[in-house]
Amino acid sequence: MDSGTLDFIVGHLNYWLFILLMMTGLYIVVAKGNLVKKIVGLNIFQTSVFMLYISIGKVTGGTAPIFPLDMKVDPDVVYSNPLPHVLILTAIVVGIATTSLGLALIIRIREEYHTIEEDQIAEVENAVLKSEQWASEQAAGEHS
Amino acid sequence: MATQEVHHVALTLTDHLPILEVLVPFVAAPLVVVLGSRRLAWPIAFAASAISFVIACLLLLQVLDGSYISYHIGGWAPPLGIEYRVDAANAFVLFLVSGISTLILPYARASFEAEIPRRSTTLLYALYLLCLTGLLGVVITGDAFNVFVFLEISSLSTYVLIAQGLHRDKRALTAAYNYLIMGTIGATFFVIGIGFLYMATGTLNMADLADRIAVQSDSRTIRAAFAFIVVGVGLKVAIYPLHLWLPNAYTFAPSAITAFLAGTATKVAIYVLLRFMFSVFQPEFIAQVPTLEVIILPFALLAMFGASLTAIFQRDLKRMLAYSSIAQIGYMLLGIAFFSQAGLMATMIQLFNHGITKAALFMGVGAFVLRAGGSFYHHLYGLGKSMPWTSAAMVIAGISLIGVPGTAGFISKWLLVQAALDAGWWPIAILIVASSLLAVIYVWRMIEALYLTETSAELPARQAPLSMVVPLWIMALACIYFGFDSDLTLSASRTAAEGLLAGSMGME
Amino acid sequence: MGMDTSTAILLSMILPAVAVVLNLVLRSRDNLRDGLTFVIAAATFAVVLTILYNVGGQTTEPLVLFEVLPGLDLAFNVEPLGLMFALLASSLWIVTHIYAIGYMRTNKEMNHARFFACFSFAIFSVMGIAFAANMFTLFLFYEALTLSTYPLVAHKGTPEAIKGARTYLGILISTSIGLQLVAIIWTFGLTGTLDFTQGGILQDHIAGPMAAILLALYAFGIGKAALMPFHRWLPAAMVAPTPVSALLHAVAVVKAGVFTMLKIGIYIFGIDFLATTGASVWLMWLAAFSIVAASVIAMTKDNLKARLAYSTISQLSYVTLGMALATSMGIVGGGLHVVMHAMGKITLFMCAGSIYVATHKTEISDMSGLGRAMPITFGAFLIGALSIIGLPPLGGSWSKWLLMMGAVDTGQMVIIAVLLVSSLLNVAYLMPIVGKGFFIRDNAAAAPVKNLETSPLVWGPPAFTALGCLVLFFFAGYIEAFLMPLGVTN
Repeated sequence: MDSGTLDFIVGHLNYWLFILLMMTGLYIVVAKGNLVKKIVGLNIFQTSVFMLYISIGKVTGGTAPIFPLDMKVDPDVVYSNPLPHVLILTAIVVGIATTSLGLALIIRIREEYHTIEEDQIAEVENAVLKSEQWASEQAAGEHS
Repeated sequence: MATQEVHHVALTLTDHLPILEVLVPFVAAPLVVVLGSRRLAWPIAFAASAISFVIACLLLLQVLDGSYISYHIGGWAPPLGIEYRVDAANAFVLFLVSGISTLILPYARASFEAEIPRRSTTLLYALYLLCLTGLLGVVITGDAFNVFVFLEISSLSTYVLIAQGLHRDKRALTAAYNYLIMGTIGATFFVIGIGFLYMATGTLNMADLADRIAVQSDSRTIRAAFAFIVVGVGLKVAIYPLHLWLPNAYTFAPSAITAFLAGTATKVAIYVLLRFMFSVFQPEFIAQVPTLEVIILPFALLAMFGASLTAIFQRDLKRMLAYSSIAQIGYMLLGIAFFSQAGLMATMIQLFNHGITKAALFMGVGAFVLRAGGSFYHHLYGLGKSMPWTSAAMVIAGISLIGVPGTAGFISKWLLVQAALDAGWWPIAILIVASSLLAVIYVWRMIEALYLTETSAELPARQAPLSMVVPLWIMALACIYFGFDSDLTLSASRTAAEGLLAGSMGME
Repeated sequence: MGMDTSTAILLSMILPAVAVVLNLVLRSRDNLRDGLTFVIAAATFAVVLTILYNVGGQTTEPLVLFEVLPGLDLAFNVEPLGLMFALLASSLWIVTHIYAIGYMRTNKEMNHARFFACFSFAIFSVMGIAFAANMFTLFLFYEALTLSTYPLVAHKGTPEAIKGARTYLGILISTSIGLQLVAIIWTFGLTGTLDFTQGGILQDHIAGPMAAILLALYAFGIGKAALMPFHRWLPAAMVAPTPVSALLHAVAVVKAGVFTMLKIGIYIFGIDFLATTGASVWLMWLAAFSIVAASVIAMTKDNLKARLAYSTISQLSYVTLGMALATSMGIVGGGLHVVMHAMGKITLFMCAGSIYVATHKTEISDMSGLGRAMPITFGAFLIGALSIIGLPPLGGSWSKWLLMMGAVDTGQMVIIAVLLVSSLLNVAYLMPIVGKGFFIRDNAAAAPVKNLETSPLVWGPPAFTALGCLVLFFFAGYIEAFLMPLGVTN
């Protein structure tokens, strides 16, 4: 491996981590049948995006973007970009709301279905679907 | 283009209309909760929605000439401050969303009472208002990250609203859960896209973004951003292979909520798609990437045929209409795929006409659910006689869905076919026409069930309450009205299409 | 009568629309409802007569109600062909209304209010078609006619009725939306207008094979003209109660089809344009084929209404043929045939209904000897049949004569042969019905001849229209002169 490639890999470390986390999260959402685990996956997925945003706010050699009290800003001091962090603060709030709503839904689902496994829920729903179909076929039969 | 410079000194109330559009329902929502009065909840919700509608009308009248209004939140000038920007395209969508919302509320009263326990209704109105706030905010804002925030406000409240269907059918819960998962993935994709855009340009204001993307050479980051945004919004739009959440969500949500969502939510998402594709990324960029022909066009056609065929074989009217929505979204995407003014105009007008048509149809379904106990075709037998007003309105909305001349649906089909012929894609024109024939079949199944069968129930269903029938008829008559007098819809969508195709409005 | 023409045009549509509302509102007051509808039908006819009195054979300026899209108006005007169609439909509405009252009551059909409301709606649509000033307006009312007649075809609500109605709607809607609408949009895209203009709007905009393709989209798209192979809906629609078959499927619906066909030929393509490009030559041959093939099929049908339906398919193609000949004689002959065939066929259908009401017989083989028991019905049937065949002194002879002249003009000897053969086939499938009725006795000795004729409301109208066939023979000259401006070539 030449040094250029290595530089590319190391230099984009935050992106690699972002991609890794994102894929992990998405995989859990898709592959796991347990509804709570899906929410966990969703959280990892969202967190990866938070990481991406926060890491792009980093300015090499930059310090925390806090102005001195006397407001005498030294032009030589480099500040990190605070805007992505602020954005992500909003996104985190949204993420928490989503998670809590998801969990609340899971509790209601458990009360109604007595399970939080996707395949068992599907079984119950299929049974309902079959009975509905039967009812509509019966009704249609009476009319033809 | 004329711009209207807004200063934060000596503003009259009229100057604040853009923010009031969103603020009124946004403030009304906590008010409903804090007052906690079941008696006051509905009047407050209705008043807030009606005020939004009036404001939307005023805004639309101001921008119909092709100008735009730029409003700076808190007086902070963009691109640093958040800007609300109203032009013909989004004023038209604001008009649609707030109009449908205002008409659904009187209807919702009786429908909620029947489908949802009384203790929940107060909170339900608060959520409804939040959802409305979110939708209006998405449309009016000129800031890319703000779109995400409002999108999530509307989505989160939508999930809860859908879940309220559990009092009729517990599957509403799983429908809401699945929508939550898919919706969140979509929204997160959207945020990733915004993040990439910010990385590439360092701004979040849409007009500023457009300016900076235009001067930058086409970079990989911008392409990635484009892809993430299209997929993310595509989930919300229910573009054909990303539509899986929609049928269950529409089927199991409370009737009034389905009517509201079907008329507004996907339409707003289409608007966001248009706004990003044309105003942020610019037509020149779209022309470079082969998204339209390779992705949008085939999936639009798939939606038109796949979803229509699925709709034909449904036994539940509500689910049938849900699939038909997916198919109709296909028409809107097709208009985008033509990448011409005629095409975008067809998309805008179809967005509006389908909004009112579908809202009317789902309102009718709600009335059937209330009186006949369900929306399966066998529940509808003989209702043509026992619920004549509701059934007749359904027939009107149904033929508008098909696109029979004299209805709103015809106008959009006509423009779409014309756009196809203008582009020289006559096979597509024939496909558009052929897919409307599929609509004939599924609408006719409904009409046959209503009129040509005798009911097996011992007691014939009663008429739906006036509070439901009147809004339903207003909506159905709107389907006819906009089929004859297309002045308003046509000029709005033409101006909108021109504005979109002109690309960036730029910073002033 | 001092009514201006614009008001009269609107009134001719408003009146049937009022009848729709009245029928729905007075759903339980049978006598009042039927009586008022009769008054409205008479008033509509009077209004159309006023237009005739005011306008004569002129073409008036369009009356624009709305601009639906730029260049697309909802607009009406009067021109000879449309006025003739409106006169025909409104006069026969009165006759059929009387007949329908008798039929529906004697036969104890259900849902009278819905039936008469849809019936009036269909007349409303026909008036719109007749006075449409452009193709868009015509198409609007064309679709309205399809939708309003669907409940009439499905009226009985039996599985066969619903199946028939589905075929009816399926073919009419899919041809109109799938082909005709495409043709209309195409035309609009080429010319930027859809106004009916003497001499056509298409010349200089389209040429050669494309013109023939556009004409094909129109010809097949106008499903109501029942050009083969899109004719299946007409036999399927025969499940409807007979008054529907009589007015709608012998007059209003099918004539709306061929009327549209003539309008396309005269005002969209223009006769000259058709003649010079030869775009309609294929249509002429197809129409000729339809004429013969449908007649042959008619001979094989034992069900009386099915036989009449195939006869209609064959006769409709005469009109299409007239247009496709692209000569002034052909156009005028086609226009005249619309009237002549309407009068003859409505007679035949009402007779079929009369037989059904009296005996509940639908098959021709069961009708032996019935002529003696129902002399008026069978007498009217004979006259109607002779007019369809085209024998003097009955109206049908003139239109066939003009069509033959048209064929001579173009030198198409084969077409002349087709017209002759078709007349012979008409004799072969219509005369046996009359012959059986009068001359063959059922079960030799047993059956005593007793009068089976039912209510005068049922046998009166066919007798009246049979008389009409006779009268038309002597007035054909006037109609021909009236239609002459259509054939003017420039």
